[in-house]
This record gives sequence, structure tokens and C-alpha cells, in this order.
Amino acid sequence: MKKSYRIEVDCANCANKMEAAARHTSGVKDASVNFMMQKMTVEFDEGVDRNHVMEEVRANCKKVESDAEVFI
Amino acid sequence: MNKKQKVMLIRILISAFFMIVLSFSSVSGLPRFILYMAVYLVIGYDILLKAIRGIINGQVFDECFLMAVATVGAIVLAIYSKSGDYTEAIAVMLFYQIGELFQSYAVGKSRKNITQLMDIRPDYANIEKNGKLEKVAPDDVEIGSVIIIQPGEKVPIDSVVVEGSSSLDTSALTGESLPREVHQGDEIVSGSVNMTGVLKARTEKEFGESTVSKILDMVENASSRKSRSEDFISKFARIYTPAVCIAALALATIPAILNLLLGQDPMWGTWMYRALTFLVISCPCALVISIPLSFFAGIGGASNAGVLVKGSNYLETLSKTKTVVFDKTGTLTQGVFEVVAIHHKAIDEEKIIEYAAYAESASSHPIAKSIERYYGKELDRSRVSDIEEKSGNGVVAKVDGHFVAVGNDKLMNTLGIEYIPCRSVGTIIHVAVDGAYVGHIVISDVLKADSKDAVRRLKEIGVKKVVMLTGDSKKVANDVAATLKMDEVFSELLPGDKVERVEKLLLMEGKNDKLAFVGDGINDAPVLSRADIGIAMGAMGSDAAIEAADIVLMDDDPMKIAKAIRISKKCLSIVYQNIVFAIGVKLICLILGALGMASMWLAIFADVGVMVIAVLNAIRALFVKNL
Repeated sequence: MKKSYRIEVDCANCANKMEAAARHTSGVKDASVNFMMQKMTVEFDEGVDRNHVMEEVRANCKKVESDAEVFI
Repeated sequence: MNKKQKVMLIRILISAFFMIVLSFSSVSGLPRFILYMAVYLVIGYDILLKAIRGIINGQVFDECFLMAVATVGAIVLAIYSKSGDYTEAIAVMLFYQIGELFQSYAVGKSRKNITQLMDIRPDYANIEKNGKLEKVAPDDVEIGSVIIIQPGEKVPIDSVVVEGSSSLDTSALTGESLPREVHQGDEIVSGSVNMTGVLKARTEKEFGESTVSKILDMVENASSRKSRSEDFISKFARIYTPAVCIAALALATIPAILNLLLGQDPMWGTWMYRALTFLVISCPCALVISIPLSFFAGIGGASNAGVLVKGSNYLETLSKTKTVVFDKTGTLTQGVFEVVAIHHKAIDEEKIIEYAAYAESASSHPIAKSIERYYGKELDRSRVSDIEEKSGNGVVAKVDGHFVAVGNDKLMNTLGIEYIPCRSVGTIIHVAVDGAYVGHIVISDVLKADSKDAVRRLKEIGVKKVVMLTGDSKKVANDVAATLKMDEVFSELLPGDKVERVEKLLLMEGKNDKLAFVGDGINDAPVLSRADIGIAMGAMGSDAAIEAADIVLMDDDPMKIAKAIRISKKCLSIVYQNIVFAIGVKLICLILGALGMASMWLAIFADVGVMVIAVLNAIRALFVKNL
């Protein structure tokens, strides 16, 4: 299951860091951040609660870049 | 500029102003320190806060942290050496913020420009209700509804004209500036703009399935598929910052300790300063921003020219294309068959065509259609019976009580009818009535006007080999290949053979050379996906082609292939320029910094300057009109 989320991030390197942070969140199979479109595409593991996982993703992203925002 | 950027700009202006004022004042001692610190905090408070938050979250190599260490370090050095020169720390922070502001402004601006270029999304559809027009969201329109498109409006959903005629501007979709005339019964594609008359049209698809949605979806997801250059840069960025930091630490300590051991003056201050200069250059931003921006601009420019690229990786592969394989029908030729001659007539020409048209009346094969078109009269199906298709060879049927056989050499052979072979180039359809040969029809596919130029252009831009594949007979294939100056031609191929042929060609490629296959997207999906890069032509409205191909040409102009390659080459050369330029300048700064020949001023100037130049260079990828 893949889903796209709108994000807000100012610098390209921060976007890379967010991508890495999202990938390392449990329940996320793969994640990709599109800095130019300000979009994050997340592929979830089977049978996980998506909103719950996204909360975690957001928390992890905030850790690496406090200014960033993920709109769930 | 958004609000955040405006606030930043004001902070930059205020701190720049006071920095200059302070440098002319003669305040000294503690008041001087306090005044300078006030300016420093105005420009850098958010960086300091982020640095602290970064440390709490274990993000040591965060660029805010590095900036904080560099500037605070510079202040400490100024106090330690009693020089009172705090300007440097403020200047570094100031330029860093200017760089960040420029970056966010430039990226925002180009994002807006590129999405505007792709502004084909219709906002509403008009539906007539009780004699009044009502605007509804395109999503809410069901299949089969009648919509009304007024002049100046976008066609919201793929549909068929039921009333009215007009000309449509499809340039946003195809890059083709010539308007398209549409009349009752014609299909109209969503995303094109109605120019002259009011059209009433019945929708054929849901909005989500319409061409415009598919294209937008494709373009928006394009930059998610990352190229090798982008991967390289993000990996590089990950090791670059820590490496520079470790080098800075080493630079701050090792020479000083060595000096100490040798009994000389350790010069802590000097080495510390050089190490801090390192930290200023440690941010990989110029690289990290300019590479995806180049690809984004390249993809945006390409789609404006009617070339849809599904991902940065495909743009990268396309630029290395050395072999282009064409499927003949529909790409080099118009895919429209025409009767060009009738030979060896034993009976009236019209009679031959009439028999052939009736016998083929049940077939939807393009050849059958071309005979029917040439016949030009309404077919009375009751005159024909017992139609039997001989797969791949032809048709036998009873027309007006006569036994009619229409087909190729093989059909005549199996029926034991003697035929006269033809020397003309084209598809030969023999006709026999009641077992007697009455002549043959020559049908041929028409070459596109630009095909020859397209092949020549490909050669000019560095494609080494142009190959043609076709299911057609050898004679037709060789003739077309000779006209177009193809390097190789393979004929009489079944769809499965084409995959095999492409696989063989793939084996013959050089290590870094890529093979592109160009098809019309109809029944060549397996080949499209097998090639290094699949290009589908004339795909407007064909879902299968959009799915299977990596690059989609919205119209069917073969010249666009060379153009697409040119666009990709320009984009990639910009990418390489930026990589070499940014890494090169940083390396030079690092060396100069280590030797003590670069001050922090120069370092920050280089850092921000490189970023600005790289971003401006990246935006160049957008301009593809004259390629």
C-alpha cells in the first residue's frame, strides 16, 4: 500500500534526511521524499495502522529537521 | 515571497545595517561585545535554537550545529585574542542566511513556474440542468454525461463531441501549436483548450481515468524516481559533512600538538580559526539542491515540449542512448494503409475491390479497413455469407453466391490457385473468384513526412545505430529502411520475435550505452519494457502506452525523439557541471582554508556563491524550446 503526503521542508538536504528518517520508521517498507513537489510517498508494510505509522514518521522527521512538517 | 521569507529578509536587512553601523563606531570593551551580540542574535537565533535541538535529538552533523560552532568559535577567538573583531561571526551567519533565503526563494519560484507550465488541470465541468449551465467538479461527472465546453475553457474529461464544432488548442499536451479542428463524433482529449465554438460532448471516462489526470499523476510522480546522480549526491552528502567535521577537528588539534611536542609555539588560535573555516564549508547544500532541481526543470521543460518523462532516472538513461530501435508501423509510417494499385485485372477494377471489400467486411484489420475505405460505398452485409478467416493469410467467403478468396501468397498456395507475384513494394492482396485468379491489390503504409529527417537528426546527435523492426515482408521493410537510411532492419517478425531481437541488440551494446525502443504503444508493451528505455509515440489517449513506456511522446512526430534525447543531454550536462563545479570549489576552499590562505569570509562567500550559481544553472534545464 502506497500513499503520498504533502510535506513542508525548506532545504534539500533536510529532505534527504527526512527520507532516511521515514525509511527507518518501523511499519514503513519504503519511503521517498520529493523535495521539488514537496511530497513524501510512503509504502507501508502489510497490515499496519497507517495513521499510527505516519505519526511515528512525523515524529522521526521532526527529530532530524525541526522545521519540517508532514501533513497526515 | 511567503511570510517566512519576508521575515527573514527583514532580519537580514536589519542585521546588515547594524553590522555596518557598528563597524564605524568606536565603542569598545563590554558595550561593544553586547551590541555585536545583539546583532548576532537577530540574524542567527533560529540557527542556534535548531543547533541545540539537533544536539538533543542526536543530530550532531546538522548544518545548523556546524554554523553555530563556527560562529560561536569565531566569537570566542575574538575574545581570546582580544581583537574585538566580532564582524566575522556575524557576516558568516548573515551570508549563510542570505544563501538559505535565496535557495528557498529560487526553489519556490521555479517550482511555481514549472507547475504553471503544466497547468492543464481543469477546475470544473459545465453541466446543463433545466436549461441552465452549472459548474461541477470534474470528479463528480459520471461516464456518459453531457458536458458543455465554452470557448476559452479546458476540456475537463475525455469525451466525444455530440454537437458543435470548434478548434482545440492541444499545445499544453503535445507542444504542437497548430490547433486541431473537431466536429461532431470526434474524440476530444481532456487538457486541451477549446478556442472558437461551443461544444457539447458526452464523457467517455471518469475524470480520474482521463488523459489529463494520468499526465498530471505521471509528471508529479516523475521526480520521485531518482537518478543515479541524485543517489550519488545524497550518499556523498551523508559522508561529506562528517568527513569535513573530522578533518576540522584534526586540523584544530594535530598541528598545534605537534608544535607543542617540537617545543614551538602551538598557535592554538590560528589552527582553531582554520578549523572553523572548514566548518563553514561543510554544508553540502549547493549540491543537494541543484541536482534534483536540474532534473525537475528538465522534466518540466520536456513536458512542455510534449515529451513526458516518468522519472529522473529515465532522463539520465535517455542521455546515454546509442541505439534507437523503431517499430515501423505507426512510428515511422502513419500506420494508415492505403490501396495504391490494382494489377493484372481479369475483371473490372471496381468489381475486384467490391469482392475484396465484401469478403473482408467482418475483419477489423487495418488492411481490410483500407480496402473498405477505397471501395467507399456502404456495405450491404446480406450479400456476403460463410466468412472464414484464415489466420494470417486471408479470408474466404461467399459474395453474391460466388466463392471469393482474398489473401496473400500462402492462401493462394493452399487453395491451389495460380497467382502472379508482384514486384511492387507493399502488402499484396490476391483476389480469386470461383477459383479463378482475377488480380491483386497493392496496399502500402505511408511514411511520415518527418521520418527521414528524424533518423538523420538522431545520427547527428550521436546515436550510433538506428534499427527498424517490423512484422512486414522483407521487401517492404528493406525498401523503407533504404529510404530512411536505417543501419539495420529485421523483417517478418512476430511480436515475440521483437522481444528476442531487442534482447540480442541489448547484448551487443557497449557497457555504458543504452538502447531505446520506440513503438506506438499498441501491442508492443513487452518490448517497451524490455528495452533500457521504452518510448511510446502518439500516446494521447492510449492508457496502455502510458503505462508501459518510460517516456511518452504526446503526439506522433518522430522528430520529438531526437528532441527528447537533446533535452536529456542538456539536463545531464548541467547536472555534471554542477557536481564538478560545487565539489571543485569546496575542495579548493578546504585546501586554501587548511593552508590559512582563506578566511571565513572567503569560505562563506564561496559557499553561498556556489549555491547561487548552481541553482541558476539548474534552472537553465527548463529552457528546451530551441533544442
